[in-house]
Amino acid sequence: MATSKDDIKFLSNPKIGQKRKKYCRFRRFGIKYIDYKDPSFLIQFVNEQGKILPRRITGNSLKYQRKVTVAIKRARHLSLMPYVTDLLK
Amino acid sequence: MKQLEVTFIVDPVLSGDEIQATAQTYVDLLKNNGCTIVHVDDMGLRTLAFPIRKRNSGVYFCIEFQTPTGSIIDNMELALRRDERIMRFLTVKLDKYGVKYNEDKRNGLIGKKSRRQDKKEAAPAVAAPVAPVAPVVEAPVVKAPLAEEEE
Repeated sequence: MATSKDDIKFLSNPKIGQKRKKYCRFRRFGIKYIDYKDPSFLIQFVNEQGKILPRRITGNSLKYQRKVTVAIKRARHLSLMPYVTDLLK
Repeated sequence: MKQLEVTFIVDPVLSGDEIQATAQTYVDLLKNNGCTIVHVDDMGLRTLAFPIRKRNSGVYFCIEFQTPTGSIIDNMELALRRDERIMRFLTVKLDKYGVKYNEDKRNGLIGKKSRRQDKKEAAPAVAAPVAPVAPVVEAPVVKAPLAEEEE
């Protein structure tokens, strides 16, 4: 007969390989302005070498990816973020 | 009226008074040319991400101002460029969201803490509807065959 959820034993963890849906955090949380003076926030959008991550990885919508890019470049100019580095995170 | 902000880095080798005086000269320059100073943010001494003029730290200032024409910007940037005490500067025009963001920031609505709290508050609210959906979708697909086998 039908058993409760807890009784079913899976041979492998069903959550493995399950992709979490990407989303644009700016649209979801209603962030309209990206501050270039806040490097701790912008650091989420660069890799360990300080390169800007692509949309494919961050999940940002195009509109906000552009804004992120501009903000990071401004932060770099003001030496708030590095142009090139190692072990940023 | 356009709202702009200029951020600049002052040489940290100068004494505290000189640093303040440097920032004040640009506040005065803008005031004398018909600009309205909205806010002067002293961001303090920060470590630079890379050395500029063989200095590893700098004192950051951010002046937010309103200008009727914008003709002052060229003069201001020229003065900044000529000034030996200024290590680097950036002038940015603020859109309506930027103006609101800076206002909220001054009122303490946006800070490191508040933003994280917002995210934490927002995250469960968003995650809650998402989380139940995933198992429901998952359940019939994966569990059904196994359940049948058990039967």
